Amino acid sequence: MSLLSQRAVDLLRLLENGELTSVELTRAYLDQIERHDRDVKAFIRVEPDRALARAAEIDERRRAGKPVGRLAGLPVAIKDLLCTAGETTTCASRILEKFVPPYDATVIARLKAADAVLIGKTNMDEFALGGSTENSAFQRTANPWDLTRIPGGSSGGSAAAVAAGMAPLSVGSDTGGSIRQPAGLCGVTGLKPTYGRVSRYGLVAFASSLDQIGPFARTAEDAALLLEVLAGHDPLDSTSVERPTPKYSQTVGTPLEGLRLGLVREHFGEGLDAEVDAAVREAIKVYESLGAQVKWVSLPHGKYGVATYYIIAPCEASSNLARYDGVHYGHRTDEKKMLAELASERAALSNAGQHAAADALDNPLVRMYRQSRSEGFGAEVKRRIMLGTYALSAGYYDAYYLKALKVRRLIRRDYDAAFHEVDLIAGPVTTSVAFRLGEKVDDPLAMYLVDLYTVSANLAGIGGIAFPCGASKEGLPIGLQLQGPPFAEEKLLQAAHMFQQATDWHRRLPPMVAEAGRTPA
Amino acid sequence: MTLTRQDVEKVSLLARLRLSPEELERMTEQMGQIVAYVESLSELDTDNVEPMAHALDVANVFAADELRPSLDRGAALANAPHHDREFYLVPAVLGE
Repeated sequence: MSLLSQRAVDLLRLLENGELTSVELTRAYLDQIERHDRDVKAFIRVEPDRALARAAEIDERRRAGKPVGRLAGLPVAIKDLLCTAGETTTCASRILEKFVPPYDATVIARLKAADAVLIGKTNMDEFALGGSTENSAFQRTANPWDLTRIPGGSSGGSAAAVAAGMAPLSVGSDTGGSIRQPAGLCGVTGLKPTYGRVSRYGLVAFASSLDQIGPFARTAEDAALLLEVLAGHDPLDSTSVERPTPKYSQTVGTPLEGLRLGLVREHFGEGLDAEVDAAVREAIKVYESLGAQVKWVSLPHGKYGVATYYIIAPCEASSNLARYDGVHYGHRTDEKKMLAELASERAALSNAGQHAAADALDNPLVRMYRQSRSEGFGAEVKRRIMLGTYALSAGYYDAYYLKALKVRRLIRRDYDAAFHEVDLIAGPVTTSVAFRLGEKVDDPLAMYLVDLYTVSANLAGIGGIAFPCGASKEGLPIGLQLQGPPFAEEKLLQAAHMFQQATDWHRRLPPMVAEAGRTPA
Repeated sequence: MTLTRQDVEKVSLLARLRLSPEELERMTEQMGQIVAYVESLSELDTDNVEPMAHALDVANVFAADELRPSLDRGAALANAPHHDREFYLVPAVLGE
């Protein structure tokens, strides 16, 4: 079997036994990137030399019998919105194209301390705003299962990297489904932890009350291993909770006795693709065969999730993205040109006798802000900043933002009630399999509705996991989503692992990985 | 309520963005659609519902009031498009 299709936990065992070196392993992934990333475009930047040097250094320490970290020698791909000290962190935006963070995000520091090999930074929707990774300023990532389709988003590069055998593990972030949705569409396992489980320090903020960092992997067991490294209290993030991190990697293998699984009535209605519906129902039967009790529950306010999200998230985004001002860091417009243009506009208006209009022109500082931001941000980012600014502006605050915060409470109460009756909620991740590149780019609202089944978990602050549970006739992955009450990551992982013990969907590989296994390394 | 091009232009100043006439046109149309969609929330009665600003019911978090190292000036200025090693520089705001 090719290294590229193996589970991280197995690779770790080979490394520990001395049957494999991190250099060999890292090289195998770099070769796969070399072969296929010109088509997949999962990575914004790959760091071959740095990764191999790091791998060699870890091999050396391991050989010498010195202590090594939890992930020692395993390559990990990182979504390009986590700050890496001394290495460009772009958020797939022109405005941060040259931004070199002066510090590491806490999760990066944790990965380094665990001796992971950071192999490169992955593509994403600009500032994580989007659900298809088509909003990247640099490149469009393709779905490794079908290069004409989207990988999902916004963590599309991280999901595609694992699916394409370019890394055994990767890290993403999820604000409205940005881990679970691409995991579902790319046929990998992705977990969005409870808000507060993982430190967000050094994560470039999109919507601070919704953002959460989490792992991608081939299996729940691998995701458990990575989450164990990522999670934990951090004094640098006051929203990270002070509670011990469970030993996910040790408990993931314990099956859940008497699992009560809830199906949400509203999830199986109009709009759900028939193949997805069938695959999800089949997955539920698997759980029943494993002894789970299945019960219908209701999340009556779930249908307001997308509307609530598309008020709250843009409001927070408009506020967070105000920091890109062309002053402290990031792109600034050509100042000479900008000042010359402003002067000629003023002269033209004055000559025409329009003195009031001339006086109403932007002052040079405001024009610098506006011009820099307009050159640096892409269309979707501008749209969300505009929506958020509008919703927060005088006279509209109560009607939009405050209203949305109240509905958010109702959505959370629905979940609290449901979790009185069931342990976890199971359902689809998305209404359909991956759509074609370009299919929805001109229709923002249609793109937003892709988040139907995922946004509510972010609004409620709860955790969710997505993993493959079927395939369409064309062979595209179909995902199952499990959601749990706050801090139920252990259960989510255990339940996903139970399913993966009983089925083979997580073992299916896209051709570019299956074929790599047939050619001798 | 309908969103006019003038509304959108005003918001673009508040948002410190500058939109071309074509962008303004598209933005007005697309924001109009999205705003109409999110207005579905108005059908819910939320008079007695406490707003939920945050997913965690945590009290304020205090940090000990002690000196800790922070970014030095050089590192803080390193990404600035324009600086004089001491300050960030911006176009003149007053007087011309």
